[in-house]
Amino acid sequence: MAEVALRNVVKRFDEVEAVRSINLDIPDNEFVVLVGPSGCGKSTTLRMIAGLEEVTAGDIYIGGEIVNDLPPKDRDIAMVFQNYALYPHMTAFENMSFGLKLRRFPKDEIKRRVDNAARILDIAELLDRKPKALSGGQRQRVAMGRAIVRNPKVFLFDEPLSNLDAKLRVQMRTEIKRVHQMVKTTTVYVTHDQVEAMTLADRVVVMNGGAIEQIASPHDLYHNPKTRFVAGFIGSPAMNFIRCHMEQNGAGLRARISDKISLPVPASLTARYQPHSGKALILGLRPEHLTEPRRSDRDQNCEFDITLDVVEPMGMETMVYFTVDGQEICGRVDPGSAKGPGEVMRLHANMNHMHLIDPQTDAVL
Amino acid sequence: MADAVQTWLPGLQISARRSASRGLKQFLRHRSTIAFLMCLPLMIIIAALVIYPAFYSIYLSMLNKAQTRLVGLGNFTFLLSRDVFWMVVQQTAIFALTAVFFKALIGLVTAHLINNLPARGQRKWRGMLLVPWVIPLALSSLAWWWLFDPTHSAFNWIITGLGFHEIPWLSDPYWARFSVILVNVWYGAPFFLIMYLAALKSVPEQLYEAAAIDGANAWQKFRHITLPMMRNIIAITVLFSLIVTFANFDIVQIMTAGGPRNMTHVFATYAFMLGIRSGDLPLGAATSLFMFPILGIAAIFILRGVRKRGREIG
Ligand SMILES: Nc1ncnc2c1ncn2[C@@H]1O[C@H](COP(=O)(O)OP(=O)(O)OP(=O)(O)O)[C@@H](O)[C@H]1O
Ligand SMILES: [Mg+2]
Repeated sequence: MAEVALRNVVKRFDEVEAVRSINLDIPDNEFVVLVGPSGCGKSTTLRMIAGLEEVTAGDIYIGGEIVNDLPPKDRDIAMVFQNYALYPHMTAFENMSFGLKLRRFPKDEIKRRVDNAARILDIAELLDRKPKALSGGQRQRVAMGRAIVRNPKVFLFDEPLSNLDAKLRVQMRTEIKRVHQMVKTTTVYVTHDQVEAMTLADRVVVMNGGAIEQIASPHDLYHNPKTRFVAGFIGSPAMNFIRCHMEQNGAGLRARISDKISLPVPASLTARYQPHSGKALILGLRPEHLTEPRRSDRDQNCEFDITLDVVEPMGMETMVYFTVDGQEICGRVDPGSAKGPGEVMRLHANMNHMHLIDPQTDAVL
Repeated sequence: MADAVQTWLPGLQISARRSASRGLKQFLRHRSTIAFLMCLPLMIIIAALVIYPAFYSIYLSMLNKAQTRLVGLGNFTFLLSRDVFWMVVQQTAIFALTAVFFKALIGLVTAHLINNLPARGQRKWRGMLLVPWVIPLALSSLAWWWLFDPTHSAFNWIITGLGFHEIPWLSDPYWARFSVILVNVWYGAPFFLIMYLAALKSVPEQLYEAAAIDGANAWQKFRHITLPMMRNIIAITVLFSLIVTFANFDIVQIMTAGGPRNMTHVFATYAFMLGIRSGDLPLGAATSLFMFPILGIAAIFILRGVRKRGREIG
């Protein structure tokens, strides 16, 4: 049990600056997910915490102690790798007990811990199989067992689910969450899957190009993204970014997105956006906030007619795509109300959830 | 699997539609047929160069010295009753086992050292250390023979220069055994080196990272990861080397020709002495045939272990 802290941590591989001065504080027992596109430095950050990579600059603290110069084995961490990295010549039991054996734990203590982990992970009957005789999901469990038995200060996961098929991934995701609730331990989890990030994390760290874009709870990240990158990265389908012009309309503001369409900024947000009146900005609106007019939140001024280009029924809902001023926009409507491609449909923009982005700085205003 | 079905289904359809004159074409369409035909040249070569001589030597070993009549197992029982033959058996075993042991050991150690060098240095060292294996063995054996020469050679010159006594490298039986084994190790270690180097590179880096996190030091990583992961390669390389070393001829023949007092003879040189030098071809053939069951048993044991581990690790 320990908190982890990164202070101005930098990692350079020859020419490439993989991680650029990261600061991160993880309190005891928190489940933190590092998420971001491929190559943004997630794994590198995790491996520096593990001690598998040296830091180029900055300090890493585990449990209040600087661990920069400690080898992995002295950091009291356990790691689960993407391809499991199970020892192929050892049985599941031997795989899980290897770390304890090297640390000279007594035999009965080893057995007790492995049995306990096997019970948590439901792999008790697989303990004397070799990895080759296990399915992907079972290997994943053994790999997690190997981490659990050590009872370390910190769990590190590097994309542990990306080698599993979609269904198993969802199942193991729940499993990981359950295990974390049973075995409370500080956890750093790397993934490029935003759904994993949102469902598992206490807090999500969004990384991009070797730097941290935003650290926030999943809820906050979704509703209050700080940058255009985060706004676009979190949520699926991605948030629409629409060029708009802020117009003064008496005491209120309107976001004009085309000659015909301009959407009123809600009164509650007017004060916040007032300084940007008259500027060319980017309106961020999630597909789920572009729907058919629904009774409850109806505001006539926020409705407009468009011609649909593409219609994608998803079962529970239907995605509709249309263009405004050459920009493709996605809406998310009730399957019953969706029109066909080429037809005109009336949509409602829920402007209470709007975001405004400065195109120069990419910051959310 | 799906692939195989697809390539063969058109064949079935065609045969159903068209006449029997297509029979040959369909026959050729079978993967196994084509595979067989493609292997045929090799099989003929093997039959001509391996199987025929093998059977011929069995036949030869059952003739009398003049090769005029069959004597059954006479040559074999004669050999079994001779002290020199038993000495040769013992010497071949000592020769092969010690040589292979040291080749394997030195190969493993150097492979590790090279594997830990930076990539650029690796190529240079790998190339240099392969040299003994690349030089024709007959030539390098001659060079060693000169080096071991008692009066004019480099070794004894250095040793006497340092104030020690000359060493009778090839004239003392025990030093002669040492010398031939030394040269064999020098010649064969690079083969182990190259095999081990390839095996080391095939161990996934992440296993070492997992072990580092599990708390393994360098020796424990070697003992618990590298060695078990390489066991199959080691076993196969040892088997292969055992066969080659057991049947070695060049080094012993050139350096000692079996002497002094037959004390460095191995199967091949002893068979050569009996068969060619003394002109008793059948007896020579019988001697060399004794290698076959010994190596066969070793091969069965080693390969059984390899198969078992192969199934488990995969
Ligand atoms: N050993 C290395 N040598 C040189 N460059 C490296 C090394 N490891 C990583 N990099 C570079 O550092 C950057 C970050 O890599 P990293 O593996 O941390 O990305 P990631 O966020 O984990 O991506 P992914 O989602 O694809 O795993 C990349 O540009 C990568 O090319
Ligand atoms: Mg990665």
